[in-house]
Amino acid sequence: MAEKKEALFSKKNRKLLSDPLDSANPVSVQVLGICSALAITVQIEQAFVMSLSVLAVMIFGNIIVSILRNLIPSRIRIIVQLVVVAALVILVDEVLKAFLPDVSEKLSVFVGLIISNCIIMGRLEAFALGNKIWPSFLDAIGNAMGYAWILIVVAFFRELLGSGKIWGFQIIPESFYELGYMNNNMMILPPMALITVALIIWAQRNRNKELIEEN
Amino acid sequence: MEDLVNIFVKSVFIDNMIFAYFLGMCSYLAVSKTVKTAVGLGAAVIFVLGITVPINYLLENYVLKSGALVWISENLIDIDLSFLSFIMFIAVIASMVQLVEMIVEKVSPALYGALGIFLPLIAVNCSILGGALFMQERQYSTITEATVFALGSGVGWFLAIVAIAAIREKIRYSNVPAPLRGLGITFIITGLMGIAFMSFMGIQI
Repeated sequence: MAEKKEALFSKKNRKLLSDPLDSANPVSVQVLGICSALAITVQIEQAFVMSLSVLAVMIFGNIIVSILRNLIPSRIRIIVQLVVVAALVILVDEVLKAFLPDVSEKLSVFVGLIISNCIIMGRLEAFALGNKIWPSFLDAIGNAMGYAWILIVVAFFRELLGSGKIWGFQIIPESFYELGYMNNNMMILPPMALITVALIIWAQRNRNKELIEEN
Repeated sequence: MEDLVNIFVKSVFIDNMIFAYFLGMCSYLAVSKTVKTAVGLGAAVIFVLGITVPINYLLENYVLKSGALVWISENLIDIDLSFLSFIMFIAVIASMVQLVEMIVEKVSPALYGALGIFLPLIAVNCSILGGALFMQERQYSTITEATVFALGSGVGWFLAIVAIAAIREKIRYSNVPAPLRGLGITFIITGLMGIAFMSFMGIQI
C-alpha cells in the first residue's frame, strides 16, 4: 500500500472514521440511505443484521471500486458501481438465506434494496472513486457505523416501546402490564420510524448547532 | 378489470411506496423543495417504473424463475437462476434509464428539458428497484397486472412528493424550532402523512 508517508491512523484518517458518526452522519445529515433505514427498524435484531450487511457490502464495495478507480471510464461508472454492489449484495443475500433464514424472511426485499441504498452509491461516487484503498476502507467503516447506530437507536426505541422487548427478550415486566401499562402499538407502524428519526435529528442538531439548516 | 382497478388503488394508496415502505426516500427528501421540480421527478418515476417493471416481469418469468427456461428446452426445467435477479434487475434499470434518456433527448427536447436532470438520479432511486422486487415477491399473474402495479406505485410516489413539496413551500413561513428546520420537520410531516394514509388500509373495490 502506498501509505508510507502517512501513518495508518493519522489525524486525517481518524477523521474519516469519526466524522460520519456525528457531524457528517449519512442518515441524519447527508440524508442518504433512509429508505432501508426506516423500514427494518421494528426490531433490533433486524436492524443489527441489516447494519452488518450494509457494513460488509460497503467495505468490499469501497475497496473494489477504489482498486478499479483508474480503470473505470467515467461515462459508465454508475453501471460499473451498480454491478459491483449488486454482486456483493447477492453474496450477502445468499449468506443470510443460508444462516439466518428467519431474519432474511423478515427483511424481504430490503436486502436487495441495499443495491440502491444511496449511502453505498454515494460513498462510492464521492469517495472511493477518488481515493486510495486504505482511506476508502476507513470511510466505508465510518459511514456504515454512522448508519448502524441510527438504525439501532431507532430500533431500540421502537422495539422497547412498541412490544416491550429488546432483541426479542421481554424487558417490561409482567407486573407493569397488570398495573395497566400497555405497549404503544403506534411504534410498530411505519410512520413512527420517521418521527423517531426526526427526534434523533432534533437532539443531534440541538447539540451541534452548525448542522442547523436555514429552512 | 376489477382486479386491475383494485391493484391500482392498492398500490397508490395502501401500499404507497413512500408512506408504507419508505422507498425512494432519498430523492424524495432531496428534491422536494419546490413543487415544480417535485412534479418533474415524480413524472420521471412514473415513466421509468412503467417501463422497467414490465421488462423485469418478462425477465423474471422467462429467464430467472425456477423452471422458467422451459420454453427453450424441456431439459432446462430444473434450472433456477433467481439468485441472479438483483443484478439482472439493476442492470435492466440502469440501462433502461440511459436508453430512455437518449430517446427522450432525441424525440422530445421539451420533455427532456423537464425530466432531463432527474433521469440519471432515478437509476439509484430505491422505488424503481423496489417496484421490481415487489413485483417478484407478489407474483403477479399477467404482465398487465404487473404494469398496472408499476403505474400505481409511480402515481403513489408522485402524489407523495408533490404533496410534501407543497407543504414544504408553505412551511417556510412558519416558525419551526431551529434544530428541526429542514430535514427534521420534513420527517415529521412525512410521518404524519403516513399515519393519514394508513386510514386507506383495507379498502377494496
